[in-house]
Amino acid sequence: MIPTLAAVFRKELLETLRDRRALLSSLVMGPLFAPLLFIGMLAISLDRSVSALDEAVAVTVSGAERAPNLVRFLREQGFDLSLRDGPDAELRRWIEDDSELVVMAVPDGFGERFAGGRPARVLVYADGSNSKAERRADRLRAAIGGYSGALASLRLQARGISPLVAQPVVVDDVDVSTPAARATLVLGMLSYLILLVTLVGGMYLAIDATAGERERGSLEPLLTMPVPRAQLIYGKVLAAAFFMSVALALVTTTLALSIRQLPLETIGMSANFGPGVALGVFLSTLPFVTVGAALLTVVASFTRSYKEAQTWLGVLMLVPTLPIAVAGVLGIKANAALMAVPSLSQHLLIQGFLRGDPLPTGYAAISVASTLALGGLLTWIAGRLYQRERILG
Amino acid sequence: MIEVEALAKRFGPVEAVRDVSFSAADGRITGLLGPNGAGKSTTLRMLYTVLRPDAGSARIDGTDVVADPLAARRSIGVLPHSAGIYRQLTARENIRFYGELHGLAPALLRRRIDELVGRLDMTEFADRRADGFSQGQRIKVALARALVHSPRNVLLDEPTNGLDVMATRALRELIRGLRAEGHCVLFSSHVMQEVAALCDDVVIIDHGRVAASGSPAALQARFGGASLEETFVRVLGEQEGLA
Repeated sequence: MIPTLAAVFRKELLETLRDRRALLSSLVMGPLFAPLLFIGMLAISLDRSVSALDEAVAVTVSGAERAPNLVRFLREQGFDLSLRDGPDAELRRWIEDDSELVVMAVPDGFGERFAGGRPARVLVYADGSNSKAERRADRLRAAIGGYSGALASLRLQARGISPLVAQPVVVDDVDVSTPAARATLVLGMLSYLILLVTLVGGMYLAIDATAGERERGSLEPLLTMPVPRAQLIYGKVLAAAFFMSVALALVTTTLALSIRQLPLETIGMSANFGPGVALGVFLSTLPFVTVGAALLTVVASFTRSYKEAQTWLGVLMLVPTLPIAVAGVLGIKANAALMAVPSLSQHLLIQGFLRGDPLPTGYAAISVASTLALGGLLTWIAGRLYQRERILG
Repeated sequence: MIEVEALAKRFGPVEAVRDVSFSAADGRITGLLGPNGAGKSTTLRMLYTVLRPDAGSARIDGTDVVADPLAARRSIGVLPHSAGIYRQLTARENIRFYGELHGLAPALLRRRIDELVGRLDMTEFADRRADGFSQGQRIKVALARALVHSPRNVLLDEPTNGLDVMATRALRELIRGLRAEGHCVLFSSHVMQEVAALCDDVVIIDHGRVAASGSPAALQARFGGASLEETFVRVLGEQEGLA
């Protein structure tokens, strides 16, 4: 059995390694580009939210002389105000020229209404379709709201009423998440990414070794070899599992290296992804390659052509992610029964490592045992499928 | 030595092979001749054990193909109808893979591959990847890997399909060479000239049954055709009730 497995394994490996397109899609696009894309988008969004907090918000004010106190208040709040008067139509044209511009206009009669204790209007012009202008306008609105609230309190006090009367209910946010746990929310998609990239790593080989082999007419002569058919398919599953392991190692390394570049600390998170965690993530996901490789091989064996196999496996990619999605929605916590569900147990193990709070060894053992059992069962089924005559299509 | 007795195989409602019996002796070339869809390929596929017969039996060198398919496969070399080779592997690697599956020792395998490369005139492309091979080159690789374990019996399903004149001639020479070495060669064809030029024995198959068998000369004498082609038409015509 060993020489047969070795011969098939070597041949599948050689074939895939020489196929530049296959190699690119299974070991470059997935394990390298997908995490970099993910981390890159995360970096951009972090960068935006961080820089937005530091940056002085630039606002153009028209009719500033009508509300000197408000203007002073905004300047104290760190707004970068530039004064420039103009009628409504002109203000709109300024924004047309520069869609990031935010303009606050103080209309005629602001002073009279203000002095009379009636609501005084200011107008905030901004292009709502421009996200940067919209953020600036939000900051401006919040500041004006603060000013208004402070004045309201003063007015109540001046009339001998406690400002607290106007606040029947207040909300106090208490954030109990630890920095690492907060990061897990952001990085919660990582286990999904890791499993998906791992599967994609062996997808090409699984299709090529089954549907591809049949389509090219090389399956029939192969079945005339004096070896049990099941052994041929075991060799193919082995090769697909090997490629998945390589993809898994690559994606874990890429993630470990690139996450460090994220400015997570600036938003009070810590990226818990050192070499030890990377190794833990790799080892806890490794048994899953047996399930992945055998599952893809079984499904690809049913299909009649390369294209059909690609379609089916594309859909199949979602199957291992379902338990993860369900667990995410229900906010499930790890327990012994759940650790027997492959893919979900890997997700829980990975999350444990990322949270800096690894699951107990017993849980890890359940995950490894149940995953290998399912992988073995699926491999056996793949072998059985090749006993059928219909496998020749 | 291949012995076939009353083989039958159906796919759903289609009776591909109803009743086929013949024997192919060592040191002779036996041709399965018949129109498309007559059951030639199905018969061969049962012999090389990718299909199980519904009825009847077949023995290769005395080994029953159903009872012990692995032993039967060890004593045959097969060139199936669609003999795809691995495009990312070189010709040599394609042959080596099959040699490894046959369990040949590395040194013996290397020697055997060199021998086949020389014999099939493959030196020029033996170490090139099969990606851009011509049909003739692909057939040579497929044939070489079928012969890598020096099988006693050689089964070829329409081997000259898609080959040009020169490649066809080369293949005929090879088949004659195999006969000279005492191999049992069984091949199928729907081309009369092919069979007439090569075969010692002819088995004419039509509608899944053996319509006639014997040497080309004996068949011609029995059915009275001026050529084998005419004989063939007469045999089939008799089957259709036209003669």
